[in-house]
Amino acid sequence: MSVAVRVIPCLDVADGRVVKGVNFTDLRDAGDPVELARRYDAEGADEITFLDVSASAEARDTTIEVVSRTAEEVFVPLTVGGGVRSVEDVDRLLKAGADKVGVNTAAIARPELLAEIADRFGRQVLVLSVDARRVTGETTTPSGYEVTTHGGRRGTGIDAVEWAAKGAALGAGEILLNSMDADGTTDGFDLAMLDDVRAVVDVPLIASGGAGTPEHFTDAARHGADAVLAASVFHFRTLSVGQVKDHMRAAGLEIR
Amino acid sequence: MSTTNVVVLDYGSGNVRSAVRALERVGANVELTADPDAVLAADGLVVPGVGAFAAVMSGLRSVRGDMLVERRLAGGRPVLGICVGLQVMFTAGIENNADAPVPGLDQWPGDVVRLDAPVVPHMGWSTVEPPAGTVLFDGIEDERFYFVHSYAVRSDPAAAMAGDPALTPPLVTWAEHGSPFVAAVENGVLAATQFHPEKSGDAGAQLLRNWVTAL
Repeated sequence: MSVAVRVIPCLDVADGRVVKGVNFTDLRDAGDPVELARRYDAEGADEITFLDVSASAEARDTTIEVVSRTAEEVFVPLTVGGGVRSVEDVDRLLKAGADKVGVNTAAIARPELLAEIADRFGRQVLVLSVDARRVTGETTTPSGYEVTTHGGRRGTGIDAVEWAAKGAALGAGEILLNSMDADGTTDGFDLAMLDDVRAVVDVPLIASGGAGTPEHFTDAARHGADAVLAASVFHFRTLSVGQVKDHMRAAGLEIR
Repeated sequence: MSTTNVVVLDYGSGNVRSAVRALERVGANVELTADPDAVLAADGLVVPGVGAFAAVMSGLRSVRGDMLVERRLAGGRPVLGICVGLQVMFTAGIENNADAPVPGLDQWPGDVVRLDAPVVPHMGWSTVEPPAGTVLFDGIEDERFYFVHSYAVRSDPAAAMAGDPALTPPLVTWAEHGSPFVAAVENGVLAATQFHPEKSGDAGAQLLRNWVTAL
């Protein structure tokens, strides 16, 4: 009788094509986003996320077209993130057919952006994407995790757990917690970090980064994730969405 | 074979393109407009709703949507509300301000209140419990539907209307997030869903097909 744990394939999109690398570098071409979104929908994906990793404004216009074409054909929710800097960016993506929009770096620079978006469109459209890693070297934060930018390449010194809580308070309707240490490794989600964020956040929490086996998804759900997101294991067909959901269902989780 | 004409009311509410597309997918001829003649002439009217209750109400009023819904219902012409489009059919919304409820269209008794659950918004695919006699959920009684909302009607409109012999109590479908809430209402020509059928995959398409077929 409760809400099902969502399984969300993520497509990293640049210049109208799907790309995915390990630790955000070494990008490989993995196909047409619309075609992949359709395949995931057919496999039972509960939601689909596009992350626009394009470097230029021109390439972002291409992403708008991709979003629009996908929304014509896919009848599950579509979230789009990457390079969203303003209320106008959000408006454009929603008009193109996105249901939710992910905000990351721009909110770190200017947290009020979260409130502005939530006030205008409602908090249910706003996903705060937190790219977090364990602190190393001279940097310290209370939780031991810091927020990074530029695809994990730059540390900010901002405490990742505090930032997630603050983001939810400012208007984020959902937190996408991406472990930059685990991303692309297929060694499993960062469960300790998930526990820490779950303890302070009462909006839905999406676990991201590190999925390699069906067990990893089940583990994340048991550590409080309302949704589990992965990219490479689905793109390269290491796992299908159906396989993951079968495992989670057999483990006793509520699954669509 | 004649085509069924559906108007999706255009009053500046968020992503309505997907509602248009989903209705087209089930065979309706769909127009996105606020033109009063088109709204009144359509076989079915869909009132979408994304965002805050007060914003949706003021958007509706700005295109005379309140009057258009009233006139359609008075003339026995079907209307389907989706998400906040369900909520505005009730008495009032207390979203954001419990001291100053925002009046709704008051087709059904009940207030729209905050969900009481450990995790809010309620975001994702939930099961529903449709009553006997449901038209909307015919053949899809056991499916999950996609919800995204922080507020809902948690009182029973059928119970509230049962005391008045002049009223036909609606068929109420319930769902649960923390506690039970109204997931859908079917009341003759007026129907509404708290979830998004246009985002609920094949099950949502079947619900829209059930509605369009009955028009």
